[in-house]
Amino acid sequence: MKKIIKYILLDILRNKIIIAYTLLLMVISMSLFLLEDNASKAMLGLLNITIIIVPLVSIIFCTIYMYNASEFIELLIAQPIRRTKLLTGVYLGLVASLFIATLIGIGIPVFIYSPDTSGFTLLFTAIALSTVFASLALLSAVMTRDKAKGIGLALLLWFYFSFIYDGLVLMILFQFADYPMEKTMLALSMLNPIDLGRILLLLQLDISAMMGFTGALFRDFFGSSQGIIFAAGNIILWMILPALLAINKFKNKDL
Amino acid sequence: MTLHFKSILIFWGLLFCTIARAATITVYPNQTINAAVQQAKPGDVIRVMPGTYREKGIIINKPIILIGVDHPVLEGEHKYEILTIISNNVIVQGFTIQHSGYSSMDELAAIRLKNVSHVSIRNNHLLNNFFGIYCQHADSCVISGNQIESDGTSELESGNGIHGWKCDHLIIANNSITGHRDGIYFEFVTNTLIFHNNSFKNIRYGLHFMFSHSDTYVKNIFSNNGAGVAVMYSHKVIMHQNEFRENWGSSAYGLLMKEITDSHAEGNLFYRNTSAVYMEGSNRIHIIHNRFLHNGNAIKLQASCEDNIIEQNNFSGNSFDVSTNGSLVLNRFSKNYWDKYEGYDLNKNGIGDVPFRPLSIYTLIVERNATAMMLFRSPIVNLLERAEKILPGITPESLKDDEPLMKPLPL
Amino acid sequence: MIIATNVNKRFGKLQALDNVSLNCNKGQTIALIGPNGSGKTTFIKCLLGMVIPDSGFITVNNKNISHDWHYRKQIGYMPQMSRFPENMTIEQVIDMVKDIRSDANESMDEELPEAFGLKALYGKRMRTLSGGTRQKVSACLAFLFNPDILILDEPTAGLDPVSSEILKEKIISEKSKGKLTLITSHVLSDLDDLVTEVVYMQDGKLRFHSPLTKLQKETGEEKLNKVIARIMQNQ
Repeated sequence: MKKIIKYILLDILRNKIIIAYTLLLMVISMSLFLLEDNASKAMLGLLNITIIIVPLVSIIFCTIYMYNASEFIELLIAQPIRRTKLLTGVYLGLVASLFIATLIGIGIPVFIYSPDTSGFTLLFTAIALSTVFASLALLSAVMTRDKAKGIGLALLLWFYFSFIYDGLVLMILFQFADYPMEKTMLALSMLNPIDLGRILLLLQLDISAMMGFTGALFRDFFGSSQGIIFAAGNIILWMILPALLAINKFKNKDL
Repeated sequence: MTLHFKSILIFWGLLFCTIARAATITVYPNQTINAAVQQAKPGDVIRVMPGTYREKGIIINKPIILIGVDHPVLEGEHKYEILTIISNNVIVQGFTIQHSGYSSMDELAAIRLKNVSHVSIRNNHLLNNFFGIYCQHADSCVISGNQIESDGTSELESGNGIHGWKCDHLIIANNSITGHRDGIYFEFVTNTLIFHNNSFKNIRYGLHFMFSHSDTYVKNIFSNNGAGVAVMYSHKVIMHQNEFRENWGSSAYGLLMKEITDSHAEGNLFYRNTSAVYMEGSNRIHIIHNRFLHNGNAIKLQASCEDNIIEQNNFSGNSFDVSTNGSLVLNRFSKNYWDKYEGYDLNKNGIGDVPFRPLSIYTLIVERNATAMMLFRSPIVNLLERAEKILPGITPESLKDDEPLMKPLPL
Repeated sequence: MIIATNVNKRFGKLQALDNVSLNCNKGQTIALIGPNGSGKTTFIKCLLGMVIPDSGFITVNNKNISHDWHYRKQIGYMPQMSRFPENMTIEQVIDMVKDIRSDANESMDEELPEAFGLKALYGKRMRTLSGGTRQKVSACLAFLFNPDILILDEPTAGLDPVSSEILKEKIISEKSKGKLTLITSHVLSDLDDLVTEVVYMQDGKLRFHSPLTKLQKETGEEKLNKVIARIMQNQ
């Protein structure tokens, strides 16, 4: 499997898109830090990059790559390799490449301009969301045979997690405005990795406001080590589950 | 007012001139301070040597100077009021005063000033008392350089660090107060200067004013208090160069102003408070040259406020700049720097060419449904805000800064 | 070596394999022939585990291949349409496959690359190659690891006559080493001199499987295409 990761990684790095993506992240982050007069405003810009651009690029790039790698997969499937290992290798190769891109594109500017807790939380969130959306991409590529359908599904997933879901939650919130909704909201936030990442960042960037509004429950939850472990466990589940589902489906897929 | 402070200083000068002729009585740990006070004549100096004194209450009823050498301990054994001053012209300095009694009926204090004038309490350590320094009907007194600490946990079981009731012309300076209910509490206290104190981690307010007019507080630091600073039902309050830091909580404010009129807040720093300034029923307040940094809400301006002027302040890194609860706006925002301003300055005069609307629609949503805060900065919420900024529909049209600054003021 | 028992596979409405049973042994060279869409490629893919049968089972060397992968060490496969990672050079592709099958570091069979003169092209990227050259790369990979079983799907399609001859000779020499070879081809004349057995498939069904010598006797024809034509007429 290590060899497969190696070859996927080499192949992705040879293809210019990931380099362009790294540069794009780098240019955006750098310019945010250089143009904004305070670091916290730059961090807010980066928050938007992290919760919109990073998932979008991750899921689209990985889905397209999965289709383009079909030759690679076909070539290797006839070789004595376990199928699950093959796809896990492809997934980990994708994750590794996105990890490197994010680490360079966002990590370096953060290390230079904002090497504090909020900076590292941002970097961590960006890497986690890249992984989660690579995982979802794997699933959408394995589920659909047709490239256009697969990319459509990927786009839909992204749109759902970044816009539709929050719209629905807002609607639910106002429908049930008379009931205590804090715990429900906490649960709902766990069902969307983007929300989870965003809230982790809010607790860094808007801590003062967060303390005021949802007060105790939030501080107790995300302030305690159990809360952090729970949130981290949840995001790890988001990284693993779709990929596992995809690998399981791939095991019985006809090529 | 300054004239009056000068007269106080002159008085102290005269008092020290008389010391030369006064006798000095020294008290050792096997003796009592009460006995020394009995024995002393007005103007005498009583020197208290290091040790612990358990006297079930010391009453000072004549103008003397009580000096602690190396902070002797006056112990209240959790039962008594420790030091009660009922004479004018007293100085108390250099003691450690601890464990005053606690009572739900009487407001027992470490030091009580009762109907006195020209008393000075300075450089004492007050540890774990119910009330710290309690001034009632005190006039022209100085409380300075004291460290007042307690480890109170609930509002009921702890008293105030410095408590003033019906006082006039006090000077409260260079004290550090922590762990009490209110750091400094004033009710009917007038013409008073509060200068360079540090009031932090108190259970309720760092500073609490009620019906206290014409007071000035300058260069104080109020941080991590349960509910920040509250100024209520007072007028002509001057607040200069104070720092309000990290007052966090669902009803915590950097500075809460309720029914305040004709006041002035200038050069203050508000840093990381849940709400930096909250104004309710307050009129004619001039808020100028303040810095609002990284607060949840920089200014909460209730619709019951009018004729307030908020100008030349820096707003940066706040989650929300301004929020309000009504559509009527009778206050003026002008020439502030807002880091969220996205306008342009074609004529390069440093003032943006389009007005800035500091009220975000999401504050209104959050105001109605606090849990919605969880969706803050979600892309869908950003879309909503942007749409509202372009076509204001829900937020009041008139809440705007017509001359927003392009660059922060050098404050 | 390969035993298929009642293999069924359905793609939607199409019954791609209908109860196919087949027995292949060492030293045989089997021609798998039939019209387009008769299920030849599907059957081959089943052998390789690329398509999973709905029912029935296949054993290779007496081991069931379902969800197994070790058996593929004994198989060299040359697909009908060779697709390769476009960004890699020939050398990188060959090295990669060698690397991934690394436990086969015994003797590599590098005869074909030599014979095809591929080494001169080693630095070229796959996307720049013609279809014929890709077939050559594919053939090289199939023979590279000295497998006991060779599965060649339309091996000569796209190859020039010279290369085609080289490949045929290679197949004959491998047969003499006692290997099992399965070939599908439309160009039946290419299969003369090669095959020992003929398997004929139609509409997903296996019509017959018999030694070539027997068929030649029955039909009285020498050439494979004539033999097949005669059989078709008789049916």
